[in-house]
Amino acid sequence: MRRRAWTALAVVALLTLLPALPALAQDAAKEPAYRAFPLIGSRLAVWAVAQLHLNFAAFILGVPIFAVIIEIIGWRTGDARYDWLSHEFVKLTFAAFSTTALLGALLLFLFVAYYPKFWTYMTSIFFPTYWVYALLFFAETFTVYVWYYGWDWLSGPRKGIHVGLGVLSNLFGTAILLVANSWVTFMISPAGIDESGALKGSVWAAINNFTWMPINIHRLIANIVFGGTIAAAYAAFRFLGAKTDEERARYDWMGYIGNFVALSAFIVLPFAGYYLGREIYAFNQTMGITMMGGFMSWLWIIQAILIGVLFIGSNYYLWLGMERIPGSERYRRYVPIMIGILAFGFMVWATPRSMVITLDEARAMGGTHHPVLGFLGVMSAKNTAVNMMILTTFLSFVLYRRANRISTKSWVATGMMIQWAALGLAAAVVVFYGVYGYFVESLVRIGFSVYQVLAVLAAIVVVMAIDIPMFRGARSTGTIRWGTIAPRSQYVLILLAVTFTWLMGLMGFARSGIRQHWHVYGVMRDNSVDAVTPAIGYAANMITTVTIAFFALVMFIFWLGGLGEKGRAGESGHAPTPVFAGGSDAGSTDESRGGRSPRRS
Amino acid sequence: MNLLRSRFVQAVLILVIAFVVLRFGIRPAAPWSVLTLYMSIVLLAVLVFVSSDSDSWRDFVRPIRALVVDPDQRVGLLVFLIVLPLLLGYYAYTQAAAKPQAPPELRAVHPAPPASIQFRGKEIQIAGLDNPLRKDQASFKRHVAAGAEIYIRNCVYCHGDNLDGKGHFAHGFNPPPANFQDPGTIAMLQEAFLFWRIAKGGPGLPKESTPWNSVMPAWEDRLTEEQTWQVIMYLYDATGQHPRRWEEGH
Repeated sequence: MRRRAWTALAVVALLTLLPALPALAQDAAKEPAYRAFPLIGSRLAVWAVAQLHLNFAAFILGVPIFAVIIEIIGWRTGDARYDWLSHEFVKLTFAAFSTTALLGALLLFLFVAYYPKFWTYMTSIFFPTYWVYALLFFAETFTVYVWYYGWDWLSGPRKGIHVGLGVLSNLFGTAILLVANSWVTFMISPAGIDESGALKGSVWAAINNFTWMPINIHRLIANIVFGGTIAAAYAAFRFLGAKTDEERARYDWMGYIGNFVALSAFIVLPFAGYYLGREIYAFNQTMGITMMGGFMSWLWIIQAILIGVLFIGSNYYLWLGMERIPGSERYRRYVPIMIGILAFGFMVWATPRSMVITLDEARAMGGTHHPVLGFLGVMSAKNTAVNMMILTTFLSFVLYRRANRISTKSWVATGMMIQWAALGLAAAVVVFYGVYGYFVESLVRIGFSVYQVLAVLAAIVVVMAIDIPMFRGARSTGTIRWGTIAPRSQYVLILLAVTFTWLMGLMGFARSGIRQHWHVYGVMRDNSVDAVTPAIGYAANMITTVTIAFFALVMFIFWLGGLGEKGRAGESGHAPTPVFAGGSDAGSTDESRGGRSPRRS
Repeated sequence: MNLLRSRFVQAVLILVIAFVVLRFGIRPAAPWSVLTLYMSIVLLAVLVFVSSDSDSWRDFVRPIRALVVDPDQRVGLLVFLIVLPLLLGYYAYTQAAAKPQAPPELRAVHPAPPASIQFRGKEIQIAGLDNPLRKDQASFKRHVAAGAEIYIRNCVYCHGDNLDGKGHFAHGFNPPPANFQDPGTIAMLQEAFLFWRIAKGGPGLPKESTPWNSVMPAWEDRLTEEQTWQVIMYLYDATGQHPRRWEEGH
């Protein structure tokens, strides 16, 4: 009830404000362009609230995407555990729903109050979309309400309707994301306006600007990764505080699924990021150079370090998880090789093009670029490294997936050979184009990245297309002992969530900071006292502070959610909590690695 | 050989070998900042390696645990407790002690060019601009020869007769002049970028990421527009590099 009240309050506040916006905008025209937020200034206030809002929004938009997929798996297989897990995920979303709306409303207040001229301008372009946004928000809110509270009511023969509601809430959520993205991307790459900045024709031209679709894709994928990592961190938190083996087993499984979701989406995220980067270059070369080679170039070294941590962390979790799978010992020998590839890829990716050097070092190197290591600082090397890391991570997953299964198919040797050949060929293509890229002009080299990506994706498709039938009905070497994973693995899950949140803040700063002294790039200058673009160290401190605030809020919200559970001792919400292995064999199967029910195995 | 089976010994060996290879196997030596970054990654990888399964982790921790709690290892512990603070103290000293050289600098890769510049009162759009002299292929050799002469008269003192940034004056500058032979310099840039850098020099660099510390003069007052394009053609021709083309917009 409390959650419902808060959400309702947020929705009402938002809708009350909406009709008043034109009037507020008119008043703003008579008022100063800026007002100063007390103590910290307007920019920091907007920065903090915007980042927090985006963190929560990413979570509540990302989690339902995989929650509904898990619900569908549970529905089709009849496995109650998936239904329970889906409900758990939606419960987390639900807890964060009202906070997201309140932060959104607060962000709107800040814009209207402290950046009135800017907001007037944005309203002059996008006012029709405000109504669309509000209606979508309404639709999303009520659909999620019915989805969550109707879990029992729409069970059994009506489960299809319930799943439909989940799909619908995802469609509304994605549509909200697309609308909000149009505002943000217009600020980076304005379109559909004349020289004075006024809308020329339809608002669609302003919406469909250069960076809108790349950011839509990038954010959608990133939201799934983010949702997965936060859900996994929640499970880790519950695992570490669990009192019984059964509880530990349940949250071990939940953490695994959360990490699996995050990892699956994370593998394709660099490709989406690369597409976005290319579109920024295509829109404006200066902006592209500012981002990649100019004053933000060092930000990408920090990004490389964080992504390196994510890759190594995700793999480490899988390797630790293999310990609870009997029969996985035969794959242990691959671990040192995979660590080697990941570490080398990490080193290449983190090698700066322009290094931090003393004068003596510069003289020894014969310039600011190292004659050997300098080759690792360009995109050819970076693309090669990240593609090899993706292939290695995929290999980790494949080994994990088959850890306790031995194929009984007669064609297993041929299948394995084709799988290894596909991986080897993809690695060869990636390395070949990585090296060849040094011998061709820049524009051709950029095109090579497409071949590298396609080779990796093709290998993933081929390997999985063989793996699934090859291990169907496989002989088991033992069931997974859920809950027996080393506790340090759970700290890894928490580390992954924190790292990804930090990374999101950092990339958000890059996206926003490339506008430099413009509110709307090339159209509306930032004439406020905060017009200076902050240095990376300053930005990093700010992002860290907000990340800490986000996790404090998340923990508070989850704690509140837990209070509700304690009040209903003996209940688990919508349905009895399913039984997990918890160190025994009961109910534990390999379906959680492939999404199959025990009855089908 | 038993010693080599110990995870702890293996971890230490990997770290030592990695350090030796990275410190002495790369020539010229990798800058200290990069070496530190690499060794941090190696350390992380080693920790992941030794702790990726419980047996390995127990094996790794055993000698450390023994050193701390085993009474027979008291001498070793004493040595460790003396040596470790000394090493840390030495490291702190090397970081804090004044050195007779400028501290390391964090530099951006490329400055971002403006969309347009004023060249002798004429506005030139940098974005999307190609070298106009390349349209006249018949005069290509003439332009390159003229560019070579301009280079030798004006640029060779810093950028060197091999275009490798090792001219007579190069040793007096920090950062050193650009090395055009390096595939990471002009090969990655459009000719319009070079036009802007030559015309406006160090004083025309953008405000962000300052200080750039560039001593490159602004050649706008000494070279004509045509001469600037000619010297650019020479740079690419002499180094065998190709200028970056503009990507087609949407």
